[in-house]
Amino acid sequence: MLSKRIIACLDVRDGKVVKGINFEGLRDAGDPAALARRYNVEGIDEIVILDVTATLESRQARANTIAAVAHEIFLPLAVGGGIRTEADAAAAIEAGADKVSLNTAALQDPNLITTLAKRYGSQAVIVAIDAKSVRLTTSAKATVVKKPDTTGAVEYAVYARSGQAGTNRDAVEWAREATDRGAGEILLTSIDRDGTKSGFDCEMTAAVSDAVNIPVIASGGAGTFEHFADVFGPGHADAALAASIFHFNEKSVSELKQFLAKRQIPVRL
Amino acid sequence: MIALIDYGAGNLTSVRKALDAIGAKVWTPSVAGELGRAHGVIVPGVGHFDSTSGLTAEWRTAIKTMVDDGIPLLGICVGLQWLFEGSEEAPAVEGLGAFEGVCFNLGTSRPQDLRTSRPLKVPHVGWNSITFPRQTRLMAGVAEGSQVYFTHSYAAPITADTAASCEYGVTFSAAVERDNISAVQFHPEKSGDTGLRILNNWLSAVDRSLPRRSSTNSARAKAGE
Repeated sequence: MLSKRIIACLDVRDGKVVKGINFEGLRDAGDPAALARRYNVEGIDEIVILDVTATLESRQARANTIAAVAHEIFLPLAVGGGIRTEADAAAAIEAGADKVSLNTAALQDPNLITTLAKRYGSQAVIVAIDAKSVRLTTSAKATVVKKPDTTGAVEYAVYARSGQAGTNRDAVEWAREATDRGAGEILLTSIDRDGTKSGFDCEMTAAVSDAVNIPVIASGGAGTFEHFADVFGPGHADAALAASIFHFNEKSVSELKQFLAKRQIPVRL
Repeated sequence: MIALIDYGAGNLTSVRKALDAIGAKVWTPSVAGELGRAHGVIVPGVGHFDSTSGLTAEWRTAIKTMVDDGIPLLGICVGLQWLFEGSEEAPAVEGLGAFEGVCFNLGTSRPQDLRTSRPLKVPHVGWNSITFPRQTRLMAGVAEGSQVYFTHSYAAPITADTAASCEYGVTFSAAVERDNISAVQFHPEKSGDTGLRILNNWLSAVDRSLPRRSSTNSARAKAGE
């Protein structure tokens, strides 16, 4: 049976792993290669490097980080953040990434998804979607829904530029379009939940996961083992990604997998 | 020396890195004519079956000659599918036909999750367990039920040559082996220690075939071939 994947995200800035709450207030969590090595021993299924510096000059620095992590692990390795062009993607893949994750660049130029899928195969192209659960009111003024509301129309508003810029896109529709354009996986992050440890947005994850036939990686909000069971159950996620819960030794990957296995959720032990 | 064939289907960095890690000497021949000095040949591949049309008649002949000479061959992912007769994904493109059967779309049977009865997604992406219908060199020392990393939408049927099977709605060949031809549908270079073990098993087959072949070669040299 196909296992649910547990993915560790390394948010990297200037060659160091950092992790913030709601995309702000970053704190230092250490050396990316050392963390990757630890996760590999603990049984992580995949690693994502998210370069939060992502300036043009950082391409070489990013390549160095990718190569250092790729040297430590023989697991799928994805890289996102600052992948703006085909050349950025090529540099990341040549440095050792198996997949690149496109976010703002895909929103600005959706053709980039197709270009990269044709060059490297769909399995190498993740489209990352940062979204907020939003309730549309009659005045069309968006308000954040704190809890899933099944009575009204809930829309999932997509944001670009690390959650800073609205896009007028809906996450479900965008996920469908990205799939049609050749994306191999969707990495769906709840901006509201990111770093809060209050649980994944299962409602949004299920809505996107049910709408597409490619794997959906849930991200944002992991705080307890129960949260993972929720996102793999009612959240219909194919994989779950977390950063801070693992970085600071709060929870180990192996303990999490033992917990999920006891809940009859298929994992790689 | 291991020849890692680059026919333009995706990226070879990960395969090369994994082979480096287990001590294999690898090069990428730029023309089919270079293949003759390989002690082992790897046909990798990701993406669409159509990309195997990059393996032109010249390459096909060179690879076939190597296989007929007893040189160990390893196909990975689309490289495995290419060793079959063809694939539903690109019916106009012929496979090498070393293994019987045609690769099929995993989605055709509308696979369902046995546990939740929800439809399974195609492509099949992630870690899945493999079982062994028989003992093979390729899977020596790999525990039954070990998990390896897959990413594919098309799969090869189960045949007498199946060395490992995997279940995803249907049962398909996760690995095949006959004589000196081996292939895996999953990515051993992305499958942690299990994957490295499998690559190492194949490399041992390359090493074992060396003395026999060098004597064949010298016999040929004496015969003036």
